[in-house]
Amino acid sequence: MVERSLLTPNLSRRDFVKALGTITTALGLPLTMATDAAEAASNVDNRPPVIWLHFQECTGCTEAVLKATHPSPAELILELVNLCYQESLMADFGHGAELLLEAAMKKYAGKYILIIEGSIPIKDNGVYCKIGGKTAIDILKHVAGSAAAVINLGICATSGGIASAGSNPTGAVGAPELLPEGIPYLSLPGCPPNPYNLLGVIMYLLNFNKLPEMDSKKRPLFAYGTLIHEYCERRAHFDAGRFAKEFGDEGHRNGFCLYKLGCKGPETHANCSAIKFNEGIVWPIGNGNPCIGCTEGDVLFKHSLFTHAKVAQPRLSSNVPPAQQADLGDRATASQGVLVGAIIGAAVGAGAVYASKLSKEPEDENK
Amino acid sequence: MAGHHHEYIIRRGNIFTPTFYITTALIILAVLIVMYRYWMGMGYITNMSDGYPWGTWKSVNVSIGAAFACGGYVLAILVYIFNKYKYHHMVRSGVLVSMFGYSLAGLAVMIDIGRPWNAIYFFVPSNWQLNSALFEVALCVMAYTGVTMLEFLPAVFERTSLIEKYPRFSAFSKKWYHVLEKITFLIIAIGVTLPSMHQSSLGTMLIATGHKLHPLWQSNFIPLLFLITAFIMGIASIILVSMLTSKLLHRPFEKSIYGIAKLIPYATLTWIVVRIISLTTSGAWGYLFTSGLNSVFVILEFLTMGIPAYIALRTKLGRSKRGVFISSCLMIAGVCLYRLGVYLLGFNVEAGWNRYFPSFGETITTTALLLVILWGYVILIKLVPVLPNLNIKGDPRKD
Repeated sequence: MVERSLLTPNLSRRDFVKALGTITTALGLPLTMATDAAEAASNVDNRPPVIWLHFQECTGCTEAVLKATHPSPAELILELVNLCYQESLMADFGHGAELLLEAAMKKYAGKYILIIEGSIPIKDNGVYCKIGGKTAIDILKHVAGSAAAVINLGICATSGGIASAGSNPTGAVGAPELLPEGIPYLSLPGCPPNPYNLLGVIMYLLNFNKLPEMDSKKRPLFAYGTLIHEYCERRAHFDAGRFAKEFGDEGHRNGFCLYKLGCKGPETHANCSAIKFNEGIVWPIGNGNPCIGCTEGDVLFKHSLFTHAKVAQPRLSSNVPPAQQADLGDRATASQGVLVGAIIGAAVGAGAVYASKLSKEPEDENK
Repeated sequence: MAGHHHEYIIRRGNIFTPTFYITTALIILAVLIVMYRYWMGMGYITNMSDGYPWGTWKSVNVSIGAAFACGGYVLAILVYIFNKYKYHHMVRSGVLVSMFGYSLAGLAVMIDIGRPWNAIYFFVPSNWQLNSALFEVALCVMAYTGVTMLEFLPAVFERTSLIEKYPRFSAFSKKWYHVLEKITFLIIAIGVTLPSMHQSSLGTMLIATGHKLHPLWQSNFIPLLFLITAFIMGIASIILVSMLTSKLLHRPFEKSIYGIAKLIPYATLTWIVVRIISLTTSGAWGYLFTSGLNSVFVILEFLTMGIPAYIALRTKLGRSKRGVFISSCLMIAGVCLYRLGVYLLGFNVEAGWNRYFPSFGETITTTALLLVILWGYVILIKLVPVLPNLNIKGDPRKD
C-alpha cells in the first residue's frame, strides 16, 4: 500500500499529480488549484498537527476513514497530516497516550486541528464517559481551547447521535454545544460520514488556511449543499410515481424509488448520491436500503426508519443558477381583491334581490 | 317516440338581446387577454408560480365549473337509472349546461398549462401516465365532453331534420336521430360512469399533496366528498337554471323543480355526516376555530349545507319559490367554498412562495369563461329544441 503512496521517494510525478488532481476535483476546486495542492502536500514541514478525540461512539467514523484509498490511511496519517493523538490508531496506550496528548497540545498550541468523534454526556456532571480519570466535558473544553479549528466528525459529535436517542439516559449532546466561544468549527455529520468529505476538508484547510463555506448547521456546502433526493439515481422513479412498497416486492426488485419504505433522501443533505461509499461503487439507496437521514440531527434516531420523509425542499436548491430559479409569484394587490369582491358581491346582491321578489308561499309540484 | 318532437321546443326570439351584447363584450375582452397570454407568456396575465401552479383555472374553471355542469349527470341518474321519467323534459337543458361546463373546463386547462403545444401527447397512448390521478381526470373530462355532445346531438338532429330546403341533409338527420335514440342507454351508461369517476378523482389529486393541504381539508374522504358535492351542485344547478330561464325568458315556472328539491335534504345531510366523519378521522376538530380563513370557510360550509336542509325539513319555505332559490344558492356557495378550500385556500406549499390570489386577467377570464355557459345556453335554446314544452306537461306519460 505504501509503495504507491503520496510523497514516497519512488512515486512517479505522474501519479503524484494524478492523486492531487483527484483530490482537488473531489473538492470541486478549479483544476489550477492542483498546483497549489501539490505544493501544500509536498511541503513536509507543513503537515498540520491533528488531535482526534473519541467520546461516546462506535469508532465507525474512524473505520470509514481507514477504508479510504486515495489517499490511503497510511498516506494520510504518515504523510499528509501529523496525527498526534488517536486512541484507535496510536501505538501508545494508558497514561503514556495521555502524556502524548499534553505534549502535542503544548507543542502545537493554537495550530492543531481537533477532530471529535462521538457525543459528550453532560448528565450527572458527565460521569458517563471518562478517559484517564477526566470527564469528556473537561477533555473537550481543555483540548478545544487551544485548537486552531475543530471538525465534528459523525452524527454523534454533531448532535448527539444514537446515544441521545429516546430518553437520552446520559444526556448526550453534540460537541457544538460545548465548544468554547470563538473556536472556528465545522460539522461533518453522517453515520458514518463519507471519508472523502473529511479528506476534502483537511485538504481545503491545508490549501486555504480557513474553513470551507458552510450552511446554517455548520456543514460544508461542497458536501452538504444538496439533498440526496436531488441527485439520487432513483429520482426518475419518484417523479414518475413508481415506488417500492415493501421490501422484496416487485417495485423493490425493479429498483424503484424507496420513498414509501421510509427513505429520508428528500430531507437529507449529503453528497452520498454523488460520491457514494467504498470508492464510489455502492451506497445504501443503490443497495435497495432507504436512506436513514444520518446527516440530519433531527431525523436519524428521532423518527422511525419507516416514516415518510418530509419533502424538505420543494424548490430548487440555491446551487441552481438564478435563471432557472422559481419566481415567487406575484403578491395580491388591493385592487385585485376589490375586483374579485365586486364580482362575488354583484352575484350575491343579484341573488338577494331576486330572492326577495320570489313568492314564499308553499306550492305543490303537481298542480 | 312521436310525442318526443313536442316534448322540447325551440325558444322563439331574437338572439341579439342586450344580455347577448354585454356577455359578448366581456367574452371578447377575455379572448384578447388569452391572446396576450399566448403572445407574451403566462406570467403576464396570471399570478401563478411554480409553488401555486393551479390558479383560478383549476380551482374555479375545472373544479367548480365541472361541478356546476353536473346537472346533466344528476338528471341522467334520476331519469334513466331511477326511472323518474317525469323529469325527462329537463334533460336537454341539463345536458346543454354540462356540455358547456365541461368544454370550458377543458379550454381553461389549455390556457393555463405552461407548454400547451405538448398537450397533443395526451392523445398518444404510449405517453400516458396511468398512475396519475390528474391523467384520469383529464381523460374522463375529455371523454365526458364528447359524451355530452353525443347526448345533445339528438336535439340538433331534431332541428336539422326539419330543414326542408336540403332533403338529403334532413334525411341524414332523421336517420341519425333514430340511431342515437336507439343507443341512448349506452351513451347514458357512459355518461353516468365518467363523472362518477373523475368527480371523485378531482379530490383524489389533492390527497396526493399530503401535508401541503391543511388538516381541515386533507382527508381520505376527499374523493367521496367531491362526489357528494357534485350531486349537490348538480341539483342546485338544475333548479337555478330552470328558475333563471323562466324568469329571464318570461316562461311559466317549471314546477317539476319542487320534485328535484326533495333531494336537497338527503344530499346536504349526507354531505354534513361525511364531512363530520372526515374531520373526525383526520383528527382536525382542533383546527376548527384556530385556523383563520380556513376555519371561516369550514364553518360557512356547514352553514350553507345545513340551512337548506333546515329550510326543507323544518319550514314551509321549502316548497316555495323563494325557499328553493335560496337553498340552491346556498348549496352552490357551499360547494364553491369546499372546492376552493381544497384547491386554493387549504393548499400551502410553505416554501417561501407568495400565496396565490387571482390577477385582473385571471379574474376577468375566469368570469368570462363562466359567462360563456350563459351565452351559449341562451343562443342554443333559440336555435334547437332544448327547453321543455310546458304546454303539454301533464300529458299521459309514464311516471
